[in-house]
Amino acid sequence: MNIKLIVFLVMIFCASIGNLVIAQGTDLFKLQEEEDKKAEKEKIDYTNAIFKTTRVVNGHSIENVGAGILDFKVNHRFGTLNSGGYNLWGLDQATMRLGLDYGLSKRLMIGIGRSTFQKQYDGFIKYKLLRQSTGKKIMPISLSYAGGLILKGINQDDGTGNKYKYSDRISYYHQLLFAHKFNDYFSLQLSPTVMHYNSVNLASESNDLGSLGIGARIRLSKRVNLTTEYFHQFSNFEGYYNTLSLGVDIETGGHVFQLHCTNATGMTERTFIHENTGRWSNGDIRFGFNISRVFTIKKPKEFRG
Amino acid sequence: MMKKILGGLVCLLLFFNTYSQKLLNTRTCAINFTASGGAEKIAAINNEVDCKLVDNSGQLVFTLLIKGFRFENQLMEDHFNENYMESTKYPKALFKGYITNITRINFSKDGTYEAEAEGTLTIHGVVQKVKTMGTITVAGGNVTLKSNFKVKLKDYKISGSYIGDKIAPEASIAVNCKF
Repeated sequence: MNIKLIVFLVMIFCASIGNLVIAQGTDLFKLQEEEDKKAEKEKIDYTNAIFKTTRVVNGHSIENVGAGILDFKVNHRFGTLNSGGYNLWGLDQATMRLGLDYGLSKRLMIGIGRSTFQKQYDGFIKYKLLRQSTGKKIMPISLSYAGGLILKGINQDDGTGNKYKYSDRISYYHQLLFAHKFNDYFSLQLSPTVMHYNSVNLASESNDLGSLGIGARIRLSKRVNLTTEYFHQFSNFEGYYNTLSLGVDIETGGHVFQLHCTNATGMTERTFIHENTGRWSNGDIRFGFNISRVFTIKKPKEFRG
Repeated sequence: MMKKILGGLVCLLLFFNTYSQKLLNTRTCAINFTASGGAEKIAAINNEVDCKLVDNSGQLVFTLLIKGFRFENQLMEDHFNENYMESTKYPKALFKGYITNITRINFSKDGTYEAEAEGTLTIHGVVQKVKTMGTITVAGGNVTLKSNFKVKLKDYKISGSYIGDKIAPEASIAVNCKF
């Protein structure tokens, strides 16, 4: 067959696709409805806002900051409630973590922070491996990996009159975050975590500790969400307790304000999972808040130019 | 023999293209809106709007997914979807209607034509009758449809604590559709 002719014919076909010929009297409304039904099956609908912000209370949530967004975080924890009226039930004391989180892409975020408690520096990465979705691709859960490094800056004596070496002050954590949004009102997250300490106090203590975090978000109203977070330690250092936190997330336009009560002082994985000396039953409850302010550093492509 | 059949098909296609009613169709129509009530910029763009127009009847359809709106700020996008538009419950917005003065628009002659559209707009599950003006530009066989109009959030039962404050009670919508 004549190849040129075929090419010509294909060109004509292509040209007519732009202006589809339809039968006289076709009802566009019906046509659209049918197309929408087809499109629905073809479309992947990703579940968003499983949690309201990138932290449940202390620990990571499944959420990332958006690509090109810088999140400046100021986290405060006051003293314990049982310290009495003399300390205004803890409000006289405060520890703080200043942090900067940045979204490199839709799936990848990084962050750094500095805590006044033990003069810690910390850095982490968080990557979205799976995203909960319905439609063409059904994925029941969202899964992320979070991993970080924490450096204890405070100068401590190692028992021989020397300061600890820097490598001995470092600890690492690796965390998998499994999350599921049941509906607009309830989301649940499980976060198995391993923590590695380069150095521990006693020879009998393990350098690697395991724990499981459980986090939940319950929506009370359009702007107010209840959050809860519990870390269960599978192995622990002597004299340290599991952390339970209860909080509310309040949305204030472009940012989220988190208020909570927790028995942990620190705001790094090391301190709030494995080095928490406070107990709820003793009244070692601290009031705290996380303030976040987001800045758009790199505009989405639709807004450029 | 083969050539004759093919030739006949080509003629038929050309004939249809010229004389039958045509469906103008695109899936990449852009709709953006602004609803800034204060200093904070509240604006979003959706570049995946499905738009269809029949050239002789003036029948016109727009459909879009609420989740397809992109904001500068991810958090704002989440709040828009969850708190204001409730996009899991009402995933779509659509317009169904007619260009009422379609006979005055000549799709085979270059020029800019005033167009008046009338129909129903469905947002947030609420159906409202609307009437708006726009323009249709024909240039070298390419058709562009543009329109600007305002939508009162109250009319579509969109509520939330910042409407009337950081969020304007009325959103300005711009449609830019290249077929």
